[in-house]
Amino acid sequence: METTLLFAPLVGSVICGFGHKIIGEKAATVTATALLFLAALLSWITFLTFDPALYENGTYTKQIFTWIQSGSLDTSWQFRVDRLTAIMLIVITTVSSLVHLYSFGYMDHDPQWKDGESYKPRFFAYLSFFTFAMLMLVTSDNLVQMFFGWEGVGVASYLLIGFYYRKPSAGAAAMKAFIVNRVGDFGFALGIFGLFFLTDSINFGDIFAAAPTLAETTVSFLWTEWNAANLLAFLLFVGAMGKSAQLLLHTWLPDAMEGPTPVSALIHAATMVTAGVFLVCRMSPLMEVAPEATAFITVIGATTAFFAATVGLVQTDIKRVIAYSTCSQLGYMFVAAGVGMYSAAMFHLFTHAFFKAMLFLGAGSVIHAMHHEQDMMNYGGLRKKIPYTFWAMMIGTLAITGVGIPLTHIGFAGFLSKDAIIESAYAGGSMYGFWALVIAAAMTSFYSWRLIFLTFYGKPRGDKHTHDHAHESPMVMLIPLGVLALGAVFSGMLWYNSFFGHADKVGAFYGIPVAEAGAHSEEAAHGEASGHGEAQGESTGAATETHAADTGHGTEATQGEAADHGAAAEGEHHLVFAGHPGQGALYIAPDNHVLEDAHAAPAWVKVSPFIAMLAGLGLAFLFYIVNPELPKRLAAQQRPLYLFLKNKWYFDELYNVVFVKPALAIGKFFWKKGDGKTIDGFLNGIAMGIVPFFTRLAGRAQSGYIFTYAFYMVVGIAVLITWMSIGGGSH
Amino acid sequence: MDNILSIVTFIPALAAAFMAVLMRGDDAAARRNAKIIALFATSATFLVSLFIYAGFDPANTGFQFVEERAWIFGLKYKMGVDGISVLFVLLTTFVMPLTILASWNVTTRVKEYMIAFLLLETLMLGVFMALDLVLFYLFFEAGLIPMFLIIGIWGGKDRIYASFKFFLYTFFGSVLMLVAMVTMYMEADTTDIVALLTYNFSYASFDLLGIHVLGGLQTMLFLAFFASFAVKMPMWPVHTWLPDAHVQAPTAGSVVLAAILLKMGGYGFLRFSLPMFPVGSEVMSDLILWMSAIAIVYTSLVAMVQEDMKKLIAYSSVAHMGFVTMGIFAANQQGVDGAIFQMLSHGFISAALFLCVGVIYDRMHTRDIDAYGGLVIRMPAYALVFMFFTMGNVGLPGTSGFIGEFLTLMGTFQANTWVAFVATSGVIFSAGYALWLYRRVVFGDLIKESLKTIQDMTPREKWIFAPLVAMTLLLGIYPVVVTDVIGPSTEALVTSVNTAVAEAGFLTEAAEVEVAATNSH
Repeated sequence: METTLLFAPLVGSVICGFGHKIIGEKAATVTATALLFLAALLSWITFLTFDPALYENGTYTKQIFTWIQSGSLDTSWQFRVDRLTAIMLIVITTVSSLVHLYSFGYMDHDPQWKDGESYKPRFFAYLSFFTFAMLMLVTSDNLVQMFFGWEGVGVASYLLIGFYYRKPSAGAAAMKAFIVNRVGDFGFALGIFGLFFLTDSINFGDIFAAAPTLAETTVSFLWTEWNAANLLAFLLFVGAMGKSAQLLLHTWLPDAMEGPTPVSALIHAATMVTAGVFLVCRMSPLMEVAPEATAFITVIGATTAFFAATVGLVQTDIKRVIAYSTCSQLGYMFVAAGVGMYSAAMFHLFTHAFFKAMLFLGAGSVIHAMHHEQDMMNYGGLRKKIPYTFWAMMIGTLAITGVGIPLTHIGFAGFLSKDAIIESAYAGGSMYGFWALVIAAAMTSFYSWRLIFLTFYGKPRGDKHTHDHAHESPMVMLIPLGVLALGAVFSGMLWYNSFFGHADKVGAFYGIPVAEAGAHSEEAAHGEASGHGEAQGESTGAATETHAADTGHGTEATQGEAADHGAAAEGEHHLVFAGHPGQGALYIAPDNHVLEDAHAAPAWVKVSPFIAMLAGLGLAFLFYIVNPELPKRLAAQQRPLYLFLKNKWYFDELYNVVFVKPALAIGKFFWKKGDGKTIDGFLNGIAMGIVPFFTRLAGRAQSGYIFTYAFYMVVGIAVLITWMSIGGGSH
Repeated sequence: MDNILSIVTFIPALAAAFMAVLMRGDDAAARRNAKIIALFATSATFLVSLFIYAGFDPANTGFQFVEERAWIFGLKYKMGVDGISVLFVLLTTFVMPLTILASWNVTTRVKEYMIAFLLLETLMLGVFMALDLVLFYLFFEAGLIPMFLIIGIWGGKDRIYASFKFFLYTFFGSVLMLVAMVTMYMEADTTDIVALLTYNFSYASFDLLGIHVLGGLQTMLFLAFFASFAVKMPMWPVHTWLPDAHVQAPTAGSVVLAAILLKMGGYGFLRFSLPMFPVGSEVMSDLILWMSAIAIVYTSLVAMVQEDMKKLIAYSSVAHMGFVTMGIFAANQQGVDGAIFQMLSHGFISAALFLCVGVIYDRMHTRDIDAYGGLVIRMPAYALVFMFFTMGNVGLPGTSGFIGEFLTLMGTFQANTWVAFVATSGVIFSAGYALWLYRRVVFGDLIKESLKTIQDMTPREKWIFAPLVAMTLLLGIYPVVVTDVIGPSTEALVTSVNTAVAEAGFLTEAAEVEVAATNSH
């Protein structure tokens, strides 16, 4: 089943890309889409029926065939299914199949193409190929195959961003995306080399098992000695920064909006950009023993969340607003992973995929309705014209801004997952992260509502003709919106306990063994720290070992106990994670209490994102409904700040001056001065001296150089042979 | 078949002799016949060479299919292949028929052109099979003559300058190598490569003209061979002949130059430098690793600012060869496996890229990047093929380009993290120049008047690319077909080198003494 799941998109891509001339455009695109829906169905079956307790370490692996073999390096094409993979599977295939469906409507009669130009099969083939590469990434059982998927999605992204190849801006954006990602891959690759150097393996199982040793190893890298775990975690994170558009390597994501909107929904919102978060979560055994590296991840994540939100405040292109929003939300996920709450990161990744894909597809629907106008300044009052799209966007906005009932677990998807992250940041002791995220939450609310108000409320602006002809999108585009809306509303509430509930629930979900606190000698310290050290009596260290060794049994037992305690378990943190690295899909170190501390966070912490959301909403309402002149006045008043934000903190300009221009200048310098003046100049100097000499020797032959060469060679051989015969070379 | 190696080697030469002696006239029919005979001979060579592959036993790390007989002047004719050389033989026989097919539109002196290529094939095959120093030297040097003529007669307008440069470089390297070979013979009293491989050349340090030579004779011999192989690779900073030679050579000449001739340097390092002078290699390895890393970054940056497509690809070839030298002198299994892999992979990918340039050069007669743009609109098949090999060139996983780069970098990381760090940045630069080239040539709107009627690839052109695409994918997805063949031999090589270096343990000690001496001055 997994093999079918994995290769269905590839088969679809090949049939669609190469077979459309034989079977026709319609049949080709339908085939690709049907195969994607098949993959989605299989993914959901996998996700819902997957029981970590059935497999050793909660992981199911299967080898397809060997790949790179060299000495002790042993790489195979092999897939791995555990909870992390299962989550990613449903995210990828659900969004991808819906995007395929949506594209039938969106890509129909695309005005970018001339009559008779065939572009649809190519588009669907790229989408399916992307899906395949993404599946390879998440099902990989080793870092090199992951790297295959990692670069594969990069190529698919490159091809799709540059899909409108006539536009110079699309070509530039595609190239930029690929190259900036390569900067990240540079770090990722070094991380892989380092891991192989130190652990002699690139397979997850071996690396996880070696992680605790790495924490105590120092390695010499470049100019100094490093703690191995920190160094490797940092290098891998550089890869994640590129793929997930984190600060410093984020510049490609907004430009990637040059691609068709369904691509933005699939690749640049729901799936590919979350690969970095997935990588960090996948490497949790390493991250858990790399405190400095994870602190760095937290800071980068929090800063990105803040930075991208500030830029989102002033953008007017509807897709760019959502792109910066994505960038910002990815920052949230990294903060969660950075403070050790990987499950919360995955939770937000999961819910975000639904509501952000929906926002993008909704934006696509608006753009479709408005004849490919993307500037929100030319929208306004569209609520009545495109009601379904309006409601979809509304649900997406309610989800992303985090609307729900404070202090309960009832709310839109983003309410639960974002609050989980903010509480984790607080519990993880990162005050910088906490405050950055709360402020970012206010800004998220502001720009999200600004988008709604500018697009759907107020008076129509811009071209009157376009507004008059604004029309609701066809069914194939609305159905995906409806399905994603279900996810945006319910996914948070349904899976809250699995992702962010009590340790037993989370443990059962990921296949991490749990044990009773205090039973284990190591847990004593924790007991004191959290003030809930009550040992449950009969349990001993040996008992914990049994629990840990026998996953299935341990999980069962703890579940039973949890049921006994019932709802009263709230506040009683007597269960803690007790897996070894590699046991279960995530590793939570014994001294990592973020989950329970987050549950015990003070009420003001839990309510703060909600208040931030209200503040943003209120301000947006004031700016764009009550007094629409206010934003203009403010922009004029705070001109430097406005320009700073409008120009995205001038990162592009800075990079152009610091990297791109110098690289070209150095290249030119090396070429003209290095190769030309120095090396060739030197040679020409010698040549002037030597060649005439040989030319004379050769008797001033016309084509002196060839003759000289042959002459010298013959002389050489003659000398050798003569000398050998004299010297007794012949036996 | 005891003499299969000789059969493979001399089929092309026989065909060339046949054409030279029996074929007359220069009408259309004669031209056609020359092409068909050349295609037939190279294809036959390839098919027969498959028997070598089939009969080759990877587990045996010694030489196989060995032929040995007396030759003129008491010299020996000895041929054989091992895990290191056998795949280069196959690469050569695989690429040559494609080269002939790519030359189908040549119109001037077709017979001579085909003869040159056929002779070239024989000589290149000889290089990879020769097991005697003199024989090797003959093949190695004589191979330059046909290449020389190909550039000089069928080349572009600056062919004289290009050949002149080529000559100077090679002259310098070859003289030193010849001296070294003579010294080796004096020392070991044999020219048999198999015997030389097990001979321990002295590594006692000595002083020469006031310079303390660490590793003594081995280092000196190493340097002499290095001069020749480094030019052939070509390594920075003796690479400047390559871009000129490529630009001036006809498409098929560039293909052979990039796909096969460049591999002779790397093969030489693996056949001579590393196993025969392990201590010399060890002494020089840091320098070479650094030269390789510099080559990767330097030539990648230079490639970025090129305006001529062929020059750009030529510079990218130098960068890719940097990975090869780096892998070889990392002297561990991943490094050496990766180096061989990278050479084979580069044989397919760079050949294909030069063919890609050839396709549009045949149509527009210019290699200026600025003369193109928007080709995808009229040439979708071409755009696809070019994209595929561009991705191979930037080392995308799933293509053969990735495996070579990845393994060499992994090997280097274990030897020197700084070098690995600098070299790995090459993956960024390669994406830079390759994608920029692609964007300027293929993407964009087709607005140039001259391109409005350009035609997509013909079936013949597609058939040339098909085997290259297949090989690039096969090696990328199932590289075991290569690593299983070379693995045992490279393992034996790496082990023997490491043993020799360990036995010469004085190195570190001597280095310390030297440092102390320098400090006291």
